[in-house]
Amino acid sequence: MHRAGFRMSARPVLRGGLRLESHKARPLEHSVQLLPAPSIAVLALDQGSGEEARAVVTPGTRVRVGTRVAAGIGAAADLHSPVSGEVRAVELRPTASGQGTCIVVASDGRDEREPGLAPLNWSTLDGAALLEALAGGGLAGFGGAAFPTAGKLALARVAGVELLLLNGAECEPWICCDDALLRERASDVVLGTRVMLAACGATRATIALEDDKPEARAALEAALAAAGDARLAIVVLPAVFPLGAEGLLIAAVTGREVPTGALPPEVGVVCQNVGTAAAVARYVSAGMPALTRLVTVTGSGVRRPANLEARIGTPVAELVAACGGYGDTPPAARLIAGGSLTGRALATDAVPVTKGLNCVLVATAADLPWREAQVPCIRCGDCAAVCPVALLPQQLHRAARADDLAGLARFGLTDCIECGCCDYVCPSAIPLTAGFRAARERQQLHEAERRRAVETKARYERHRRRQGEQAEAERRAFEAARRRAQSDGAGRA
Amino acid sequence: MNAATLLPAVGVAAGLAVVLGAALGWLATRLRADPDSLVERLDALLPQTQCGQCRYPGCRPYAVAIASGEAGTDRCPPGGEATARALATLLGREPRPVDPRYGETRPPQVAVIDEARCIGCALCLPACPVDAIVGAPRFVHTVIEAQCTGCELCLPPCPVDCIALLPSPGEAYRACTAPASA
Repeated sequence: MHRAGFRMSARPVLRGGLRLESHKARPLEHSVQLLPAPSIAVLALDQGSGEEARAVVTPGTRVRVGTRVAAGIGAAADLHSPVSGEVRAVELRPTASGQGTCIVVASDGRDEREPGLAPLNWSTLDGAALLEALAGGGLAGFGGAAFPTAGKLALARVAGVELLLLNGAECEPWICCDDALLRERASDVVLGTRVMLAACGATRATIALEDDKPEARAALEAALAAAGDARLAIVVLPAVFPLGAEGLLIAAVTGREVPTGALPPEVGVVCQNVGTAAAVARYVSAGMPALTRLVTVTGSGVRRPANLEARIGTPVAELVAACGGYGDTPPAARLIAGGSLTGRALATDAVPVTKGLNCVLVATAADLPWREAQVPCIRCGDCAAVCPVALLPQQLHRAARADDLAGLARFGLTDCIECGCCDYVCPSAIPLTAGFRAARERQQLHEAERRRAVETKARYERHRRRQGEQAEAERRAFEAARRRAQSDGAGRA
Repeated sequence: MNAATLLPAVGVAAGLAVVLGAALGWLATRLRADPDSLVERLDALLPQTQCGQCRYPGCRPYAVAIASGEAGTDRCPPGGEATARALATLLGREPRPVDPRYGETRPPQVAVIDEARCIGCALCLPACPVDAIVGAPRFVHTVIEAQCTGCELCLPPCPVDCIALLPSPGEAYRACTAPASA
């Protein structure tokens, strides 16, 4: 019954995948709505990459719009305050990933800008200087992964990539903030692309979008014509889910497959989201770090679906309120961060907007492929047919249930992109992807345990050696004392 | 048939025997199975809690005992069923559950010192096999949570019983990633 809406893609651009009802029309009826600044901004140190930045403010610190409040490390970019006011707390709060440390800033409503934020004369900078300048902008992958943009471009520069691929393939149902961005701010995307091209050292850039976005395509073509940069081109792809996944998009555009465990620069490509390009443009042209992003608020459970420009740190509840609030008929059943296939359910609407949050889906029961009770796998193979990375989900499922780590590795769990296509077609309603996510976490726990055991063993061996040395030293001291006592006794006698 | 016709054949056979014997002798020293490698591989499967519940003074001595056939694969409660299975698989034996005489398999735990009651006697410091307790005589001690293996060896020397074992903080996370029972 729930399979009614899908048809397997016929084009060779993607193996497997699904053609799905897009549900994108309603938020796109209106232009992007600018959301007022929140009175309390909650800045999650983990903006979606899975790694927390290091807070550099403490409760009581005065901040302005654009003040750096956390320093990026590893997969976390710098974080800046989107409002002026005072830091109230640095504490655990609910976030899109469950809970995490957040910097809570109470706004004074004055929106004073941090002095010293100035436009960047990017065309005069060489690649390395430009990368360094971009690193200060807190720019991170707006597609969802929130990986630091400057870091990604720097890796690409070192690897000597040839192509900068701009991802505008927003293939998941419901999400349409990139579509809205391309329609309204295509020139920002083009400017950001040119800046990133200079930073990563690639010779050309391709902006990829799908054939179901004619308005976005027209706006982009006009912006490209205005820019007159021959290194930039558009490629239009069929609207198939999950073609927007980085590795699949690279394969569709270039025909090159990123090997297991490798990154795209290995095949001469670096991929960036169009939203990231727009944020780069804003940073170089206005000096403003990444403080806002476009978020689609949609689903049948919200009264007026829309695309909002919200400041990072705005609670999701305020986004929903700006869209007319939750509807009653039919009632909202799930609040989801992301789309209907790869999104994660939120426990509360107190969760703040992060750089990686592209969509808030207020879903009713009818919006979701609602699952009947799960029944055992009948080995029909539908999941293998739709898997875009050519895995055998049914075999992975067996290995996951048996907690067979070797089997999971053999059937390629590391290559799973968690797109959810297998869940969608499974006639037994097995939550396959959720099982794979959990198995992956178990695998990581197991590896962490093994690493810990090795460290523990080394500490134990040091402990043993030290105790042996101590015992030996004590024995020698005792012997020496006894000899002294004997000779003293002999001397006196 | 005379001795002269036999001579080349005997010569070839003797030559081959010498050459192959030398080659085998050289290979035997060169490719000898390292007697420690089995111990190392067994030791790598053990949880390294160094708790001594197996009646050996640490994980490595237990690995040596398994390798020599002195002990079975069923003596490691902290490793639980997974470790017992891995040990048996490595040795090509039938897996056996952990023998309850050596203790029960419990969820990971960590030692916590009640600092209000600690008298700073320093007796627990040498007892900790992995140096996870920080302290000095007449100063309050504390346990480095990330390094504690929950082996319980610090409990007997404590004169004021101020050490408690609590479930490891990672336990809730572990529980929610367990395979679905459906």
